[in-house]
Amino acid sequence: MDIRAHGKDFDRFVNRAKDEYGIRYIRSMPSSIKELQQTNNLLIKYVNQDGSFTEEEFDMVVLSVGLMPPKEAKKLSASLGIELEGHGFCKTDLENPVQTSRPGVFVCGAFGGPKDIPETVMEASAAAACAEGLLASKRGTMITPVENPAEKDLRGQGVRTGVFVCHCGINIGGVVDVPAVRDYAATLPTVVYSADNLFTCSQDTAVKMAEVIKEKDLTRVVVASCSPRTHEGLFQENCEKAGLNRYLFEMANIRDQDSWVHMHEPEAATAKAKDLLRMAVAKAQYLKPLKPGQLSVNHQALIIGGGLAGITAALSLADQGFASTIVEKEDRLGGNYNHLYKTLEGLDTRAHLTGLLEKIYKNPLITVVTSARIEKIEGFIGNYKTTVKAKDGEKVFEHGIVLVATGAYENKPKEYLYGQNDKVKSQRELETMIYEKDSKLAAVKNIVMIQCVGSRDKERPYCSRYCCSEAIKNALELKAADPSRDITILYRDIRTFAFKEDYYKQAREANIKFISYEENRKPEVMAAGDKVEVKVLDPILNETVTLPADAVVLSVGVVPNPENAAIGNMLKVPTNQDGFFLEAHVKLRPVDFQTDGVFMCGMSHSPKFSDETITQANAAVSRACLVLSLDFIEAEGKTAYVNKERCSACGLCEINCPYSAIRVNPAEGCAEVNAVLCKGCGICTASCRMNAVDLNGFNNEEVLAQIFNLN
Amino acid sequence: MAENLANKEWEPKFVAIVCNWCTYAGADLAGISRIQYPTNVRIIRVPCTGRINPFYIVKALQTGADGVLVSG
Repeated sequence: MDIRAHGKDFDRFVNRAKDEYGIRYIRSMPSSIKELQQTNNLLIKYVNQDGSFTEEEFDMVVLSVGLMPPKEAKKLSASLGIELEGHGFCKTDLENPVQTSRPGVFVCGAFGGPKDIPETVMEASAAAACAEGLLASKRGTMITPVENPAEKDLRGQGVRTGVFVCHCGINIGGVVDVPAVRDYAATLPTVVYSADNLFTCSQDTAVKMAEVIKEKDLTRVVVASCSPRTHEGLFQENCEKAGLNRYLFEMANIRDQDSWVHMHEPEAATAKAKDLLRMAVAKAQYLKPLKPGQLSVNHQALIIGGGLAGITAALSLADQGFASTIVEKEDRLGGNYNHLYKTLEGLDTRAHLTGLLEKIYKNPLITVVTSARIEKIEGFIGNYKTTVKAKDGEKVFEHGIVLVATGAYENKPKEYLYGQNDKVKSQRELETMIYEKDSKLAAVKNIVMIQCVGSRDKERPYCSRYCCSEAIKNALELKAADPSRDITILYRDIRTFAFKEDYYKQAREANIKFISYEENRKPEVMAAGDKVEVKVLDPILNETVTLPADAVVLSVGVVPNPENAAIGNMLKVPTNQDGFFLEAHVKLRPVDFQTDGVFMCGMSHSPKFSDETITQANAAVSRACLVLSLDFIEAEGKTAYVNKERCSACGLCEINCPYSAIRVNPAEGCAEVNAVLCKGCGICTASCRMNAVDLNGFNNEEVLAQIFNLN
Repeated sequence: MAENLANKEWEPKFVAIVCNWCTYAGADLAGISRIQYPTNVRIIRVPCTGRINPFYIVKALQTGADGVLVSG
């Protein structure tokens, strides 16, 4: 029974569940669940680790049921001409996990095997990148540019507000008295038009809205409907199509924050809708037409790190026609991949790497700088300037995006006599011996492997993800070469997820022994003459066993690149508490940072397998190409601005700005906003003691108008 | 306020000044989940609670709000 928390940060959740919430984890397979007649509760019978039985009553039982291949898989594979693997999922290429058996057909998500959300999202982006690679020459050929009419000149115009109140079918209309709200709107100052619509977001209402804007010469539009978080953009487009600046639009949220949460109080909900609408109309009168800045985009990429992630990304970018520079700290490319010989699934990684490097050095779009360090990174999305210190002096590269592929390192353990006794090795050292055909290996008959060395402990509470598979890979290889070998793997949880489980089964069948140990009862390794001995408590025998060994092999796990924090500082992107880079959203944006124009892939993100690194590198490229393929980027319109007369150049705003978008210009004696960098958070405005900084779209007049119209 | 508290019919009125990215989204989620709550709160959306000028809170109280919730 294994707890499989091999995802990024998952062990932290397990620990929190145990320590903070007192959730019990019982390693057992329940033999039966019975419903009790009187209470309808469920009685579970299970075996404890010491062999005793327990019966326990619960109110609810939740089953973790796992995944199966889709029912239609066979039909789909036949019609698409793609092969399925042994379990009935889609067969994928070892060198590229989103490639099916048929060129030009890609796969992503659970059809290619059971997986979690971040891996699914990465695969979706990676599949898109691979498809984009094939279609790159046709990029942009099927796009019809949107042409909006010239913006209405508002100079000398008074505020003329049009209000559209939405029924949203019965979502709002079923609770709120929409006609009453519409009539109330007509009584508000500045309102010259008010109407109600069944669906304000529908196409015909959009046409009607555009007509009304022109006909009634509206200078403000207020929609009372759903949430601006989902629909503001759509309504703003309608305004634009009618020649009204998109920032002269305001919304009142009378569905998500009114009719849906006050379903049984129609009168109070109607009164609230009126209040919210009055506040929105009051704010709208102060809105200003805004013109977001445009910034040009440099179409080149900078890749920090030339391991498997970095080189895969460079080749994928080149497939899409974009040039890149790889900056590698070591004197050769390949990183950790240089130390790998074979994957568990049987890919010859040496040949793979040689092939990749050949392509890298032949590709005119890829520049490689080895033995190099990043000195300085200046700029922002679309326009970066990076100084690199190489052997032959400093070089400056200009680029539009940054891809962080700084990788990770093998942990160097201090325990289990590692480094003191030459019989104690790491899995990586063993792998080298196996594949370099080290003659010393022939005499190695008894092997003990210890898992989770330096992983999942106090210092490094994360799982290094690949070590279980790595141990099983090496154990199977040793056993195949000499079946008389005795191999024991001491583990805490075997985390051979998805198809890797087949190899775990194989290992069990090959008579490789598995003994589990608890974190607080670690095995002991002792020198014993020319051998070593390992003592461990066998929980099944419930006694300590001594295992003589010709070799003790440690699964040492991964440590993040110690330079991540420094590189993160230069890019203004965060690392997590373990020292890996922190993505914009753990599940849904696994290769993006909160900062636009910076992406990550490979083990800089978290410990992972080489095939997962390949996928993530392709995914990062797909995301990066959204920027690289643009000629211009539209900046945020609702940005901060400085009232120069009031500014005392104290610099508080500069200190507080998380985006380095506001700076004191000493020559002018006041702060200046870089509207391209500004994200419109408004922190500068609240920190300003002179009220000199204000925020378009949420300025003091606008917010106070809402506050003054509360009643 | 003391008189109001004595009056059982009286309902206080609240203003919530909330961050667009978390609390405002949370308020939307409450709607999507059909979680019912009292009607006497008016939500004002700001891009970040860091944008809230303390002056807003004072003004809200002056305008007649019985309580101000800042959440983000």
